[in-house]
Amino acid sequence: MSALLRLRGITKVYPAVVASDRIDLDIEPGEIHAILGENGAGKSTLMKLIYGVSQPDEGTIQWQGKTVHIRSPAQARQLGIGMVFQHFSLFESLTVAQNISLAVKGSIKQLSAQVEETGEKFGLPIKADTVVHSLSVGERQRVEIIRCILQNPKLLIMDEPTSVLPPQGVQQLFETLRKLRAEGCSILYISHKLEEIRQLCDTATILRAGKVVASTDPAEHSNESLANLMIGRTIDPPVHAPANTGTSNRLRVKSLSHVPTDPFGTVLKDISLHVSPGEIVGIAGVSGNGQNELMRLISGEELHTIDDAGELRINDTCVNRLNPLQRRTLGLGFVPEERLGRGAVPELSLSLNGLLTAYRHGLTRLGMIRFGAARDFARQCIAEHDVRCGGEQSLAGSLSGGNLQKFIVGREIALQPSLLVLSQPTWGLDVGAANNIRRALLQLRDSGAAVLVVSEELEELFEISDRLHVMFDGHLSPSLPTRGTSTTQIGRWMSGEFLQEAATGAENH
Amino acid sequence: MAYRLVTRTETSLRAQLLVPLAAIVLTLLAGSVLFSLLGKNPLAAFHAFFIEPLSTRYGIGEVLLKMGPLLLIAQGLAIGFRARVWNIGAEGQLLAGAMAASALALHFDTSESAWLLPAMVCVGTLAGAAWAGIAAWLRTAFNANEILVTFMLSSIALQLLYYLVSGPLRDPMGLNFPQSALFSDAAMFAPLLDNTRVNNSLFLALAASLLAWIFVQRSLSGYKLLIGGLAPQAARYAGFSEKKAVWLGLLIGGAAAGMAGVGEVAGPLGLLQRSISPGYGFAAIIVAFLGGLHPIGIVFAAFFMALIYVGGDMSLVSVGLPNSSATIFQGLLLVFYLACFLFANHRLQKVEIRH
Repeated sequence: MSALLRLRGITKVYPAVVASDRIDLDIEPGEIHAILGENGAGKSTLMKLIYGVSQPDEGTIQWQGKTVHIRSPAQARQLGIGMVFQHFSLFESLTVAQNISLAVKGSIKQLSAQVEETGEKFGLPIKADTVVHSLSVGERQRVEIIRCILQNPKLLIMDEPTSVLPPQGVQQLFETLRKLRAEGCSILYISHKLEEIRQLCDTATILRAGKVVASTDPAEHSNESLANLMIGRTIDPPVHAPANTGTSNRLRVKSLSHVPTDPFGTVLKDISLHVSPGEIVGIAGVSGNGQNELMRLISGEELHTIDDAGELRINDTCVNRLNPLQRRTLGLGFVPEERLGRGAVPELSLSLNGLLTAYRHGLTRLGMIRFGAARDFARQCIAEHDVRCGGEQSLAGSLSGGNLQKFIVGREIALQPSLLVLSQPTWGLDVGAANNIRRALLQLRDSGAAVLVVSEELEELFEISDRLHVMFDGHLSPSLPTRGTSTTQIGRWMSGEFLQEAATGAENH
Repeated sequence: MAYRLVTRTETSLRAQLLVPLAAIVLTLLAGSVLFSLLGKNPLAAFHAFFIEPLSTRYGIGEVLLKMGPLLLIAQGLAIGFRARVWNIGAEGQLLAGAMAASALALHFDTSESAWLLPAMVCVGTLAGAAWAGIAAWLRTAFNANEILVTFMLSSIALQLLYYLVSGPLRDPMGLNFPQSALFSDAAMFAPLLDNTRVNNSLFLALAASLLAWIFVQRSLSGYKLLIGGLAPQAARYAGFSEKKAVWLGLLIGGAAAGMAGVGEVAGPLGLLQRSISPGYGFAAIIVAFLGGLHPIGIVFAAFFMALIYVGGDMSLVSVGLPNSSATIFQGLLLVFYLACFLFANHRLQKVEIRH
């Protein structure tokens, strides 16, 4: 039997880097095939080549035994290749069925029936007449998957699908993917989560620096041996020594309630938390439960209004009415979730991106930029955090997501904040890069800084944080010492169980 | 076969230089079609437009005379445009500057002080900034769109000018003509070249260009404005105030336009009258973009635009082209520039349509 998709000698060269280097890949009908690799290993490039977003410089692509040139995603879809991107492409103000009708032929009525029927069949329950903005991220992903399935794909590409899902959702998704496989659909599964790949995938192709280093059955490997193949060296997980907490509070949030300016944002309800010097506090939760709103309030990008209740204090100063700059002067450092366009400006060099928050630290004189000092600062961030790029004059937009994140985190740490707040610090990063960042955060903690981390990745929070909160529907749970709790408990809280516990607790008193 | 636009991943410096050049070439081509339709020889028309002005001392003087205000205003506007603050009312700010400076000149009409002219420059600059400041205040306090406000303020400034020249500032000895008395010599810029009308106010524009270059390329304030334009979210993240950017962007543009207004009344005009500027405030928008919003590019763009102004006048006489040909040229240039600019950031991709 011939392979469904066969790549031979695929090479794609970008000005600075060989993104794909003579790649051979065979995908059999009805298999779940993992593509595993570090950031910048060439996973995204390879997907783009298969999905027709860009074209290879050399090599051939065979689809069901015939050589094809895939020139556009539309052509890829005609061949029977579907893709679910990491960032969804749905119109928030349209219903599920309306969104799908933009890609699939048929009346809204027919489609609604098809959507719900397909959803039923593959374990993706969804109501076709719901407006997308009211859906959770997991539900939006279902819509994306259903949209692909309705186009009868023979190959479905999934880019980091579990990064947006809670633990229970991951198992549901796996069930769906297995059902699809049973129907004869092949799945190309891109991930850097080794455990998932071992559980789900039939074959794993491992990329390193644009080359295929191995193609193997992941179930026959341990996480360690897969990680070794991926990065070509062993990784030491950071040692999680107990916190040496000071008594003062670097950040104190007291009974904070807030109605965001964004009408689709989550309303924050009576949130209290504190972070002391020398500890890392984590906030777990499925995204979209108010984490972004809380982060913007703490950073000062969104201001606490007069109608809102509660108080925010940084280093014992009330910051309710202070702008982001004034909060930074009080010792706040902040790493936002969006790297491009918020944490960094893609059109500017790393050197000018360093200036973005570091300009107060001796990079200007009499209102003029000291370009030499700015370059030195950027070079220092690049060197200390192993940012792989063409130097401090590379444009931020030309770096891979992981490397840009290393630069942004490096920049904020270099400013020696007494309180560092991070949102999804290792989102989409490979094991090596993520470990570097986590190690840097622990170092910062041990030097006496207070650190607050919002993350969707439970493993990460368990690995680095000393105390854990969970966010659900704008509520924040009480904190639990990380060492005395389990993923099961946090997982239950992530679906809001702490609210009921609080309610029953209140009744009992 | 169909085509569609695809966003380019990188914009090259080469593309950025090619865009204004391509726009100029296309303008010339379209212009020659128009001239041919009018029954004029395009080559003669172009000769009148682009060669004649530069072949006489007087012509060069006229080009420099027009280049001054265009350069000054465009430098100011470009700083705002880079921060995505859209001040399109420089014409009104120019008038505000002209009126304020005139009021000062007419009040001290017997003065021979060397300080009169500098004082007029200061007052005019402040008046231009204040006029733009109204738009900044409305934008920051009520989120009123600055495009509409600055544009409407231009009309108001024009009405104010009509009122002044037919009332408070009218020349009592002027036979009821709607214009002021002539300024004294102390209220006028000294001529720069003999037998031309160009005057020392050109140095203000050149100095402003140097300042603009330093501001844009070297200063932290310029950097903050740039970030606000490129990535508003990043500016908020870094704590750069959006309100400050709006104020700064509008005030700088207004100040430059106001100063240009002083240059007109204290230069070629020598009095306040109903018509002060042949649309410098609007043409400067084209100049700013044609110069790629870059202080050095704007110097070339201002020269080119001034050439079109003077060439339009000359072709009127020597080839008999209609009065409006200069305006048409400007319009063509802007349209082609915008069209070409699209291709600096996008490219065409062939799409095969299957049936």
